[in-house]
Amino acid sequence: MYDFDIVVVGGGPAGLAAAIEAKNNGVDRILVIERDRELGGILQQCIHNGFGLQIFKEELTGPEYAERFILELQKKEIMYKTDTMAIHVSPDKLVTIMNAAEGISHIRAKAVILAMGCRERARGAINISGTRPAGVMTAGAAQRFVNMEGYMVGKEVVIFGSGDIGLIMARRMALEGAAVKMVVERKPYSAGLTRNIVQCLEDYDIPINYTHTIVGIKGRERLEGVVISKVDSKKRPIAGTEEFVSCDTLLLSVGLIPENELSEAAGVKLDPVTGGAVVNEAMETSVEGIFACGNVLHVHDLVDYVTLESRKAGKNAARYVKGLLEGEGTIIEIRAGSGIRYVVPHFVRLENLKDELELYMRCDDIYNDKKLIVKIDGKSVKEVYKRRLMPSEMERVKLDPKEVLRKAKGSITVEIEKEVQ
Amino acid sequence: MYDVAIIGAGIAGCSIARELAKYRLSTVLIEKDYDVANGTTKANSAIVHAGYDAKPGSLKAKFNALGNPMFDSLCRDLDVPFKRIGSLVLAFNQEEVATLEKLKDQSIINGIPGVKLLNREEVRSIEPNVSDAAAGALYAPTGGIVGPWELAIAMAENAAENGVQVLLESPVTGIVKTQQGFRINMKGKTLEAKYIVNCAGIHADEVHDMVGEPYFRILARKGEYDVFDKSAGKLVSHVIFQCPNEKGKGVLVTPSVSGNLLIGPNAQDMDDRNDLSTTAEGLDFVRKSAAKSLKALPSGAVINNFAGLRARSDRDDFIIEESRSAEGFINVAGIESPGLTAAPAIAVHVAELLGEKIGGLVPNPDFNPHRTFTVFHELQDEEKNELVKKDSRYGRIICRCEWITEGEIIDCIKRKVGATTVDGVKRRVRPGYGRCQGGFCGPRVMEILARELGKDITEIRKDAEGSYILTGETKTVRLNDGGGSDV
Amino acid sequence: MQKKEMICIVCPLGCQLEVAEDSRAEKGYKVDGNRCKRGTEYGIKEMSDPTRVVTSTVRLKGAYLRRLPVRSDGPVPKKLVFECMKRIAEAEVQAPVRMGDVIIENILDTGINIIASKSMQPLQPLTAISP
Repeated sequence: MYDFDIVVVGGGPAGLAAAIEAKNNGVDRILVIERDRELGGILQQCIHNGFGLQIFKEELTGPEYAERFILELQKKEIMYKTDTMAIHVSPDKLVTIMNAAEGISHIRAKAVILAMGCRERARGAINISGTRPAGVMTAGAAQRFVNMEGYMVGKEVVIFGSGDIGLIMARRMALEGAAVKMVVERKPYSAGLTRNIVQCLEDYDIPINYTHTIVGIKGRERLEGVVISKVDSKKRPIAGTEEFVSCDTLLLSVGLIPENELSEAAGVKLDPVTGGAVVNEAMETSVEGIFACGNVLHVHDLVDYVTLESRKAGKNAARYVKGLLEGEGTIIEIRAGSGIRYVVPHFVRLENLKDELELYMRCDDIYNDKKLIVKIDGKSVKEVYKRRLMPSEMERVKLDPKEVLRKAKGSITVEIEKEVQ
Repeated sequence: MYDVAIIGAGIAGCSIARELAKYRLSTVLIEKDYDVANGTTKANSAIVHAGYDAKPGSLKAKFNALGNPMFDSLCRDLDVPFKRIGSLVLAFNQEEVATLEKLKDQSIINGIPGVKLLNREEVRSIEPNVSDAAAGALYAPTGGIVGPWELAIAMAENAAENGVQVLLESPVTGIVKTQQGFRINMKGKTLEAKYIVNCAGIHADEVHDMVGEPYFRILARKGEYDVFDKSAGKLVSHVIFQCPNEKGKGVLVTPSVSGNLLIGPNAQDMDDRNDLSTTAEGLDFVRKSAAKSLKALPSGAVINNFAGLRARSDRDDFIIEESRSAEGFINVAGIESPGLTAAPAIAVHVAELLGEKIGGLVPNPDFNPHRTFTVFHELQDEEKNELVKKDSRYGRIICRCEWITEGEIIDCIKRKVGATTVDGVKRRVRPGYGRCQGGFCGPRVMEILARELGKDITEIRKDAEGSYILTGETKTVRLNDGGGSDV
Repeated sequence: MQKKEMICIVCPLGCQLEVAEDSRAEKGYKVDGNRCKRGTEYGIKEMSDPTRVVTSTVRLKGAYLRRLPVRSDGPVPKKLVFECMKRIAEAEVQAPVRMGDVIIENILDTGINIIASKSMQPLQPLTAISP
């Protein structure tokens, strides 16, 4: 049995930032648990650039972004175990881990930070009928093969879903000599960032077929092709629009799901919209002393925001360990109003509100020239004009704590300005 | 010259191979595919049927009733997952309740113990998530669930441990009657055997007709299924059937031994005996039908779907007999449902048939019925630590959805009739069956397979020949390559 | 006259730009469809001198992975991206490597280096484990 002040489950960008920030806030006995052979998480396979504009004011690749935090972690002498799996977290913060060197060990923690990240939605979850040949895999699995292991997964590629990993892999496969035939997207707009549409697809003349889906998979041993079809406004395939596209590889980029099995075992309440924990202003879950941050909480598009959010979790976990976090007090609920899918955090305890209150949110559709309105108890306190709001790009709104403290009684709502009739 | 050649290593062939290993016989088990349990056995409902629904007097009724009670000790001996959870047939109106009464009477004729009718409230109290429309149910306590391919693999392995030869990737191309028995030609090789047991599943008629006069036909009937995440696995605690009516048998909803939820199948007669594709219409039918049994179907939790082909004979019953035209050639054909349940009893019967032909079988005194199989995550903490201390590879988790360790994966490759492909590993120790469906562990499993089999990772296949996963290395774009110069 | 349509990626707005050669314009190009000044700059740059940072991997020996991630330490002309990839495909490095190490100097005479974007430790020699 080990004793630690804080156990951080996951050594990706979220866990690294949270651990470092907890240390910066005066907690010494911190342990980071990482299941892979090295720290850094999914960043280690994201070899493209574009990370860090917010945090470092420069464009880094994933491994570079990770390495800066890993070096910082090592400099601060924070302990970590790689090649180690956290297999259970109990509601009273007993963490069970396992690795080859020690077998099973138990750690009693004063606080736990959940930073397990997310996984990709696989073929079964999206229900494409047809055969089950080799050559169908998630874009992230392909990314690991190509970027870390150095193997190609195919020669003639179709990508289903326009999530960022899919777009990035379209370019990556093209650069390694594969013929990338098309990206198929069910919605009329991309699930990924515009910049990736331009620099990963247009640069390489890779077409994207919006409002299309894949209705069939052909081939017995290895994939021989897919059948694509147009979809109607409810995303249902339109009969008669089927078209066969030959390919030996289908990469799926159809969404990410927070990995919350450990959280559930710990009794953490989840939000059905985000798939992650319900948290307060301190990034603390429904279980006292268990915090969550990064993609395990809600799926981000920018790692910089993961870092900012995780620092908050780290700082508050440190406050909790030192007894500085107020458990009781006035609780203000934060609601997603019209046009908003979700807002994180889900509620605020006013007594803990020392820094500005940052709200992260995603909208439910594309909106142009609209105001994002924050209301406290029904009254507008902040309006931000947005030329464009997209589901693929997370929005962030900051509120002055004084304003919130002074005014809030029942709830805070974020909504998108309604159409002027 | 072998005494017996079994053609086809599905549940029937593997059961018979193990049964024959109990006797002093030289036996060979011949399989066309890269692995055992690769046909109907890997894609079915995984049910151990109680046996009330087979037509009285049929072979199905006989061997179902005999096979069902054999599962407890068989699965214990072989360390195979089996749970006797009981089954319910739901009736949604009074007409169907009447059908249930007939089924109950049939259970008495078939010799099935403990079958009883439950009223609406009794159903509700044992299955709270079953639809409120259920007016009653037929309860059979001896119904159960099993890992079908786990069982077939375990029997093949145990047979091999006890001296049975197993030949994989050996499609039979021709059979010639000889003086002493048969010569069996396979792709690239040939062997002789005194007797043949034909367990070739959906190809059983083709195999028989290689040496005998055609006298039965096999029809391939496709069934499609959905698998749900473990979060839905506790929705029901019994196998839930629907009352058969003029539209068909209805689809079932059942927990699986792995803790998932399974729904299916539909039934579609196929001309193509190789067509294992799922269809939007088929799965739609399965979901709509299954939804009838439940208050709510957890549609969001589907993690996989698959199709299987059952081998239906034109006799509408099992065919277990010596060929009418080829002496010494025993057909075990048309083994559709309840074939999985019946297989162990069929094996005993086939051994008896062979015994009559041969003039008595001599028991093999060295036969070891036991096969142990470690599922790491089911062990107690102390046992886990002991195992990790002995072999540290058990301390490294490869599949994080199902908690499968490197030690277990290596073990399933190193065993007799071991895994050689990604799907082979998946069927034996389950990495890739979880929520991520192999997204995380796939590359690691391939790495381990390559290392343990002494192959290059690019040679590692998903399943059959030609199902390569990697197409080569990166960094092969060369200076003299044309194209792409102006991005 | 050269004319091109493109999506501006300066901000999430994604304006549909039309950039055309125009000798009367200040920098020789006329940009339409943009809603801010940065769009003009982006359009002209994409038309006159488009550049990209190249990210890829090189063969790596003596580490636990067989590839090392690399990037260009500045943007290279877009039309040279594939040529860069071919050069990068020929490179091979030996662990240890430190993040920032120059892997290919002055690639294709662009004045830009290809640098390691990750540090890689050499594999520890295997110590015998007694059974």
